[in-house]
Amino acid sequence: MSLWEYANPAKFMALSARILPYLAIASSCLLLAGLFWGFFLTPADYKQGSTVKIIFLHVPTALMAINAWLMMLVTSLVWLIRRHHVSALVAKAAAPIGITMTLIAIATGAIWGKPMWGTYWAWDPRLTSFMILLVFYFGYLALWEAIEDKDTAADLTSILCIVGSIFALLSRYAVNFWSQGLHQGASLSLDKEQHVDNVFYLPLLVCIVGIILLFLTLVLIRTRTEIRSRRLMALRMRGI
Amino acid sequence: MLLNVNNLNCRRGPKLVIANVSMSVSAGECIILRGPNGSGKTTLLRYLAGLCDSADIKTYDNSIAYSGHLDGVKSTLTVRENLNFWAGIYATNSMNKVIEKLNLEYLSNNLAGELSAGQKRRLGLARMLISNAKVWLMDEPTASLDKSTSALIFEAINSHCKNDGAAIISTHIDLDIPKSRVLNMEDFAVKGKDDDDPFLKGSYQ
Amino acid sequence: MKSLILRDLRLALRSGGGFALTLSFFLIVVMMVPFGVGANLDLLARIAPGVLWIGALLSCLLSLDRIFQLDWEDGTLEALATSPIPLSGIATAKATAHWIITGLPITIAAIPLGYLLNLETESYIWLVASLSIGTPALSFIGAFGAAITVGIKRGGLLLSLLVLPLYIPTLMLGAQCVTIGSEAPIKLLALVAAISLLCIALIPFACAIALRANLK
Repeated sequence: MSLWEYANPAKFMALSARILPYLAIASSCLLLAGLFWGFFLTPADYKQGSTVKIIFLHVPTALMAINAWLMMLVTSLVWLIRRHHVSALVAKAAAPIGITMTLIAIATGAIWGKPMWGTYWAWDPRLTSFMILLVFYFGYLALWEAIEDKDTAADLTSILCIVGSIFALLSRYAVNFWSQGLHQGASLSLDKEQHVDNVFYLPLLVCIVGIILLFLTLVLIRTRTEIRSRRLMALRMRGI
Repeated sequence: MLLNVNNLNCRRGPKLVIANVSMSVSAGECIILRGPNGSGKTTLLRYLAGLCDSADIKTYDNSIAYSGHLDGVKSTLTVRENLNFWAGIYATNSMNKVIEKLNLEYLSNNLAGELSAGQKRRLGLARMLISNAKVWLMDEPTASLDKSTSALIFEAINSHCKNDGAAIISTHIDLDIPKSRVLNMEDFAVKGKDDDDPFLKGSYQ
Repeated sequence: MKSLILRDLRLALRSGGGFALTLSFFLIVVMMVPFGVGANLDLLARIAPGVLWIGALLSCLLSLDRIFQLDWEDGTLEALATSPIPLSGIATAKATAHWIITGLPITIAAIPLGYLLNLETESYIWLVASLSIGTPALSFIGAFGAAITVGIKRGGLLLSLLVLPLYIPTLMLGAQCVTIGSEAPIKLLALVAAISLLCIALIPFACAIALRANLK
């Protein structure tokens, strides 16, 4: 019994059908609890006032915006190396969710930025990196849509995702030469001393876990849809 | 032996078109693929040419030349420039011999765009000769050609086979090539085996 | 591979679209900038590095779809793929030919165009250096985009959408290097060179995978 067995569409459908309800319930409970805790039960920051509370949306979505791309990178590699169809479809399913997360992160950042930095948008390295990530997502999805044969599309989008990751990383560091930043350093890290007070830290952690589970739920639902639509196509092909 | 195929399955897109092809080709042989449109002749030739990855095909000393429906002729180059290019790609120096053999001398300074369909096909054939490859894979080499040009092409295939070469050809016309074997594509047709699509297996919940 | 490069150069010369089209486009793009932002010489001098780099990038983009499309349409690419030359070698040769046809003339043409934009005198050396080192990256990345979209009819728009984001790091570092007052332009130049070398080393293999998927 190996992990790869779940790359078989039928097996994947069976397993995902079983765990989806739990995932959905867990993610909605955690998110509701975390956001409620964060928005209503934490004090206002002495410097930033109540605007700081947007952190409970901004940080988790920003994390997932990047993690969604990382997930696409891993599943693309799995498709190119082991040719498991489900893997390619997971990558395809993750992209629109990644786009949504990126947009939410940019929007909440803009709303937060107005009172803090006095502007909705600045060409700060991190903001710029997210904008760049967004165009990478757009290109990736556009390529999926443009190619008729689905296996060819999976091949090409996978290689694009890999090459794109390299250049996204290069851009991430190139921006540092190009502009000085406004952002604070990492807000969460295990090795450094904490940058965020404990009062915010715990609800933030709950929100992050909630968003991760929400992301997984959505990816599973979308992958299931993709698998069903591939089966429909296969059935239609059989008719010819 | 020049080419060996063992239980090859070929797909066109996601669809399995032909299954369980096994054959071996040795020097001097000419194999003719027969079958109606859509029976997988082109697909098989593309697999043999190495355009689709498959572990079931064994070729020896990298000696395959493939010509598809298109000739790969650049219309803004002259005949000689076209052939010179292919001689460079295949790293051979037989260009002048080939020009002589196919009687292309009088055309050699014309732009390929000025040639007729038959002359273009001859140019495509010249590429096969220049390649010095042992195995020729040709997809409908005589499509839209008249009798005399077809005869010229068959003669070239014939003499290639006589010189220890081999050819696999898909065609509708009866050829008179000695030592030729006919491979009927319908023998490899997929019958009730199309369920190997991974998305058709099992039931979904 | 040499004969492939030579043939591509010959084709580009013969169809007329090669050098002339790219350079005229470069001229027009650069010319549009004063029309758009006004003829204030100080302003032009300040934005000149960016404008020249973006102009170079767009002119390069213009001819990308020809790298593989024409060979794909007339069956040459199939024949090449079954020839003894590996696909990565074919991609390298084609990207090199593309650089000679576009990157090289662009680099040279950038000098008079820089004068039109009132580029600072000290910047010319960095302009030529950064363009000559950076344009190979543009050609190789572009060849990758062309390899991916070769099977798509009217894929030009998609090609731009895929390739432009990949151009971002080269553009940022390259243009920054020319900007007067930027710290340590030699360091930026080294980074541009690093990107170019990375592209030359790795992109041909990515091209080969993409071409193989398209030829299937």
